Amino acid sequence: MIMSFKMALRSIGSNKLRAVLTMLGIIIGVMALVVLVSLVNGATSSVTERMSSLGSNYVEAYVWSYGPDSLSLEELNEWVETEPTIESVAPESQSSAMAKFGSKSQQMSIHGTTPSYYEINGLQLAAGRFIKNTDLDNGSRVCILGPSAVDALVGYTDCIGDELSLDGLRYTIVGVLGKSDSLMYSGYGDNTIYIPFTAMQRQFSDFNSGINNFYATAPEGTPMSEAEDAVRRYLAERIGYDDWGNEQYYVYSMDIMEGAMDNVTSVLSILLGGIASISLIVGGIGIMNIMLVTVTERTREIGIRKAIGANRGTILRQFLLEAVVLCMMGCMIGIFLSWCILRLASVVVAEMSMTFDLNGGVVLLSVIFCFAIGVIFGLYPANKAAKMKPIDALHYGG
Amino acid sequence: MIDLQDITKVYQIGDEKVYALDHATMHIYPHEFVSVIGPSGSGKSTLMNIIGCLDTADAGVYKLDGIPIEDYSERQLAKVRNEKIGFIFQNFNLIPKLSAEENVELPLIYGGVRASERAERVREALEKVGLSQRAKHLPTELSGGQQQRVAIARALVTRPSLLLADEPTGNLDSRTSQEIMDILHDLHEQGNTVVLITHDNDIARQARRSIHILDGRLTEVQL
Repeated sequence: MIMSFKMALRSIGSNKLRAVLTMLGIIIGVMALVVLVSLVNGATSSVTERMSSLGSNYVEAYVWSYGPDSLSLEELNEWVETEPTIESVAPESQSSAMAKFGSKSQQMSIHGTTPSYYEINGLQLAAGRFIKNTDLDNGSRVCILGPSAVDALVGYTDCIGDELSLDGLRYTIVGVLGKSDSLMYSGYGDNTIYIPFTAMQRQFSDFNSGINNFYATAPEGTPMSEAEDAVRRYLAERIGYDDWGNEQYYVYSMDIMEGAMDNVTSVLSILLGGIASISLIVGGIGIMNIMLVTVTERTREIGIRKAIGANRGTILRQFLLEAVVLCMMGCMIGIFLSWCILRLASVVVAEMSMTFDLNGGVVLLSVIFCFAIGVIFGLYPANKAAKMKPIDALHYGG
Repeated sequence: MIDLQDITKVYQIGDEKVYALDHATMHIYPHEFVSVIGPSGSGKSTLMNIIGCLDTADAGVYKLDGIPIEDYSERQLAKVRNEKIGFIFQNFNLIPKLSAEENVELPLIYGGVRASERAERVREALEKVGLSQRAKHLPTELSGGQQQRVAIARALVTRPSLLLADEPTGNLDSRTSQEIMDILHDLHEQGNTVVLITHDNDIARQARRSIHILDGRLTEVQL
């Protein structure tokens, strides 16, 4: 086997220019396949990354629980401590109140929450700070304004330290949010006033101490689906079902969005990969063509080999191996060149914060594909060589 | 060991049937040195091809070592060629890309001989034909006589029961021819069966026994 491998290499090496030209088809095909698919994957992974950085990677849960048995903030925090698939959690309660600043007053949406809300929802501060843990502990009357709320109520951004009143109670403005570019969050979050969860519970008597909805994130590397399952498990146990067996909670994950993105990616990969595969097949035809020429050229050699004891299988193996080796060499060169191109592309688009890596799956695919092409397109010429009668081959051209 | 019985081979040329071999019958015994002599077109090469299992007869029985080869499959014929027959051709038929020793090694590879034993036997065979020094050379770097000696080494290396030489001196000058003939004589004396096919009477006469072939018919000639 090693011997025939060496023989194949030598036979390819004996006509280097022809070998390179033949391989060119495979090289280009492999490059097209690997580069295109890797580019698509690189681009989509950077898009997906942006999407999750914009706050799509959370699980949102709604809970129907009232009265003394309702879910408390302490309880929720305790659970997060013990649950490895949850990184952080932020409760949210919503109400509306008459906001008054100077002479202006307007009905505004009020959100009570905790510090981690900022990160989970990917908010951006334009000035000041967000809710702090001390605010939460003390139930401080501080507030953070969304950009639309600032426009509608205050009129200028430089309002840190000013006071406004919500349904008559005075709150200090400690932060102003910038325009949100979150995909998930555009619109309704902008025209909102954020206050500490505890302050919310105190002020708005229609709120009992329970949490109605919260956001949870998974730690880096944990799939959202696991976090979602954890939330479901917890709520099933803690909240459970009503008398009619209906769930008293609702869990929703942005995972769906990512799933859709993945779908687009894979469709695009398959489409581009399919087109690139055509060029690989064309390359395979080139291999077959040159192998047919080689077989004819070496008819006499085949005759000699048969005369001294090579049987059909031996000759078939020899020429098949030569075709496969030719294909695999082209494949390796193609993969190497693809790697170079992707490195180059990564440097060129560096400021777009995209990186293109060789996609392991597509490399494996192209190796398998090249091997298959070598076998398929090598089989006919090799069989032609093997079938030659020794006597005819020996007397060919001489 | 070679037993040809009424071997017939017919070629169709146009409308005409040409008998390359016409009920040829002959026997060759172990350790014989037999020459087959005839002018060109007499059926010599066809005879050699049939004896060498490169071609099969249209009619008749050919037994090699007592076994009729008609029953053999392609794979078995290849095995017979590899193990029992050593070919020596007029135009040497070395593989140009392989060095002398690789050419000699090739039949052993096909025979599935282990690498260590191969090296030993190749060395031995090249020594017998006096070409140990040129083992690494390509055929194109060797003279005609040297190429033919490589070819003989290749024929020998499998220790075949039969050496089949088809005009081995046809492409060589008379001095080199004699060298090649001397090697064949040596090999015969060492116990090899040699069948020599030629059109040259001087060469043919060096054999112990000569068979004449004309228009596909064989006749024994006493020397």
